[in-house]
Amino acid sequence: MAYVAGIVFTAITIIAFFVFFKKLGKIARNIHLGKPFQIKDQKGKRIQNVLLLAFGQKKMFRNPLVAILHLFVYVGFVIINIELLEIIIDGIAGTHRIFKPYLGSFYDFLINIFEVLAFLVLVACVVFFARRNMGRIKRFTDKDLAGWPKSDANAILIIEIVLMSLFLTMNAADAEANYLISSFLKPLLSNVNASTQSTIEHTAWWLHILGIYAFMNYLPYSKHLHIILAFPNAYYAPLIPKGQMHNMPSIQNEVLYAMQPELAPTNAAAPEKFGARDVMDLSWKNLMDAYSCTECGRCSAACPANITGKLLSPRKIMMDTRDRLEAVGKNIDTNKQFVDDGKSLLHDYISVEELRACTTCNACVEECPVSISPLDIILELRRSLVMEESNAPSEWNGMFSNIENNFAPWKFAPDDRDAWTNQ
Amino acid sequence: MKVSTMAEFMARGEKPEVLFWVGCAGSFDQRAQKITKAFATIMDKAGVQYAILGKEEACTGDPARRAGNEFMFQMMAYQNIQVLNGYEIKKIVTTCPHCFNTLKNEYPALGGHYDVIHHTTFLQELIEQGKIKFTDSNEWKGKSITYHDSCYLGRANEIYEAPRKVLESLDMELREMKRCKSKGLCCGAGGAQMFKEEEKGDKRINMERADEAIETKSDFVASACPFCNTMMTDGIKNRSEEVKTEVLDIAEIVAQAIQ
Repeated sequence: MAYVAGIVFTAITIIAFFVFFKKLGKIARNIHLGKPFQIKDQKGKRIQNVLLLAFGQKKMFRNPLVAILHLFVYVGFVIINIELLEIIIDGIAGTHRIFKPYLGSFYDFLINIFEVLAFLVLVACVVFFARRNMGRIKRFTDKDLAGWPKSDANAILIIEIVLMSLFLTMNAADAEANYLISSFLKPLLSNVNASTQSTIEHTAWWLHILGIYAFMNYLPYSKHLHIILAFPNAYYAPLIPKGQMHNMPSIQNEVLYAMQPELAPTNAAAPEKFGARDVMDLSWKNLMDAYSCTECGRCSAACPANITGKLLSPRKIMMDTRDRLEAVGKNIDTNKQFVDDGKSLLHDYISVEELRACTTCNACVEECPVSISPLDIILELRRSLVMEESNAPSEWNGMFSNIENNFAPWKFAPDDRDAWTNQ
Repeated sequence: MKVSTMAEFMARGEKPEVLFWVGCAGSFDQRAQKITKAFATIMDKAGVQYAILGKEEACTGDPARRAGNEFMFQMMAYQNIQVLNGYEIKKIVTTCPHCFNTLKNEYPALGGHYDVIHHTTFLQELIEQGKIKFTDSNEWKGKSITYHDSCYLGRANEIYEAPRKVLESLDMELREMKRCKSKGLCCGAGGAQMFKEEEKGDKRINMERADEAIETKSDFVASACPFCNTMMTDGIKNRSEEVKTEVLDIAEIVAQAIQ
């Protein structure tokens, strides 16, 4: 009987990890649909960013109270997972707390820490759940989250609460164990006989580990993927000043050849598409940003356009990018390669009105705890709008022609540029 | 006032310490011209030898680039870099954070390498070096002021302290708005919004920001960008029945107190 359970457990474990990594592979492939964008410089600074922004959660501390609760969940998650190693070995080998004899009192010390963390995670998740659903914080009640995103967020919190409860129940029902937090639960089990208590322990053990496998496989479909991608995203975070836009060498060269035709190569290739119309036109970093987004909405809460009721929401830009990328990924899964579906990120997911409302103020970029730049995507889409579709408001067209003819965005005579010196 | 151009310096066989990049707003906008003149006056009094490009200056291309018109940006950048490199310009000071950002961060990739400094940093340096001395009857002393962070100076280039230090050196009482420094709220002009109608919404961005400035009940609002200045002035004008607050550039404040 013991090894039937062991075999079943081993099979479930293999399947859970296989399905999980297969899905991660799909996500990696989707991210690679983006344009190449070399990031190889300043390794030291990048590692420092991973330590500060991802491990240290520096940006989260812009709101210290929330940051501390989030830190409980994060530290709890990382450290309690060490216990998973024992749980998996126990499951496969049919043992019970296999590390205990080897570690002695240090084992008890570890489990006590895990329990305290589990309790803190539980408390933090309950607070988060209440905070999210009380309807007092705009970024949680906003229309961006209507439907699935809101359920997704709640599902994650509920799963975490349930998993932590199971972990503590499992320890409480273990007759030989007596740990810091679960010992408070023991009185609840005082009336049940030993065999029922053992059944409770086994059931909690199984539900806990199955719940963890389910959670792991839910991750890649949920907004919660940031727990993995926050790390590479911090590493690849831009190190240039936020005000600097990416250069477009193709256009730089075109202007250069127009001005100095003698420099133009004879076999000059026709320039590619300008800006981004669809996800494949964005860089892989933009696409990784989309998968890293946990839809917290700090960006939109700081966005001047969003605050004043414009259609633009930087969070929605990221959610749309991910939704479109997932649709493109499914299209490739079905057709072996991307078959035009008559849709694009620009227009079908993100409207012109949204893009036009951006003041490029970088507030969204500044606020993002996981180094996402919604602004980068907005600006690439604007490039496509103006240069591929000549789609600009008439005032902008006026501004362009003023710059071209009068070297200033307004219609003043260039000869009057120094007129102020005579007044 | 007498301001020499680079061409005039060249003709005399001389080179100025620094080029003053005036920018389109500073050159043509009547309100911003006052900022330009205030800053030029300060440089004169502080003994800074500077030149302007005069008629040879042109838009950096910033609004075109942010609107999505990379061609227009590259055209302007090409021409400006030709002129700047032709004069072998090493150091540039500008009163416009948008010009500052473009010249400093975006021209290097196109072959324009200069030491670019915003006028608030420049003023802070001059004060620290003792080149700017304030009159004994400093009329700003004890007056309350709130400083509005320009996005292109603040978040874009992380310059938060220089303008504040200048105000503090005048013994002004600095009051911060609810959203300031890296959390500062945009005035609504950036990203080429200055040149078009705002998209539809519940409130204009400059009104939101002006209300925040008014909330501090300060005597003055300080700006460090000609576009922010326009937006904040318009916003506060809309509340003129309730409040009398004047929006001034850091350079204008310094110019009035300089010896």
